[in-house]
Amino acid sequence: MVLRRRDVVTRLLAGREGMVVVSGLGSATWDVAEAGDDPLNFPLWAGMGCTAMIGLGLALAQPARRVVVITGDGEMLMGLGGLATIADQAPENLAVLVLDNETFGETGGQPTHTAGLADLAGIALGAGFPTVLEAADEAGLPPLMAAVRSAPGPVFAVAKVALESLPLVMPPKDGAFLKDRLRHALGVDTLA
Amino acid sequence: MTRQDNDWPGQIYDVLGRHQLRQVAHVPDAGHKRLLDLCVADPEKRVVTLTSEEEGVGLLTGAWLGGEKGVLLMQSSGVGNCVNALAMVESCRVPILILVAMRGEWGEFNPWQMPMGLAVEPVLTAINAVVLRAEAAADVAPTVEAAAGLAFNGQRAVAVLLSQRLIGSKSFAK
Repeated sequence: MVLRRRDVVTRLLAGREGMVVVSGLGSATWDVAEAGDDPLNFPLWAGMGCTAMIGLGLALAQPARRVVVITGDGEMLMGLGGLATIADQAPENLAVLVLDNETFGETGGQPTHTAGLADLAGIALGAGFPTVLEAADEAGLPPLMAAVRSAPGPVFAVAKVALESLPLVMPPKDGAFLKDRLRHALGVDTLA
Repeated sequence: MTRQDNDWPGQIYDVLGRHQLRQVAHVPDAGHKRLLDLCVADPEKRVVTLTSEEEGVGLLTGAWLGGEKGVLLMQSSGVGNCVNALAMVESCRVPILILVAMRGEWGEFNPWQMPMGLAVEPVLTAINAVVLRAEAAADVAPTVEAAAGLAFNGQRAVAVLLSQRLIGSKSFAK
């Protein structure tokens, strides 16, 4: 059975246990919002290509926390160099989950490079990620979710998901609020 | 430690230490070599080598979210790579301290360096970054000190342009 992005995200984030989630702009941010707004979410409304690197900075600063980046294939393709940087830093507490529908879904459904020959899992392997998983159906999902939640990182996971037109579910929009809310939740907002 | 008057990279390193800047992100430039060497040798610092400068804006945004401070080192050509990421910083009011080793100005021999070198200040200003400039060794430490204060108190992007006149007299001379 084909995977559906919001089902994957909702199941991943159920019982998230202090996980910090950074979501990439567009559909991944709506998916994470549908699973439930949370002070430990940092949903991006811009900064395309930066999501995984924000996850890296967070993971290095918060080594005792699981940091999970959830983004789309288009957003990930814009930040491929960052995969080499993340692998080079090798944070054990960071996982990157790409919801890959092979489409720029927010801009009219143009095919991304993963609709052609590009293979994000292969790129992550080549960049040096020690743990790389891909799931294209329900059978592949449990090991993928287990790895994203708790395997020693950095983990790179690709869920091949259906192309769907889904209702917009929006998290708070104000970037300064989202930043301060997360810092407060992590107890670091008093940093001088 | 007392630094020599002309050891401005060592003086920058001391400023970074005073402000407890841990994550040091960089695309290397010859003008940052001594500072980078000092940071690499410091177990309190986490040096993160980037493939492109905008990664550093993302990294330091995440660092701040997680309660750490950092600095982004680059050559002037890298400023052009950062613009969209700096727009995100403006939206989120995240402090980003950037030290730019300038090319394309005083004494430049490569004409292809000129356009981006000349565009650095207007590009940074256009995205609402604060731009400070150090022309002489004695100006560097106080300028970086002021920039760190503006960045972390003001919660915004602040860049210090280390002039090619300054760097050229230090790093390219035998």
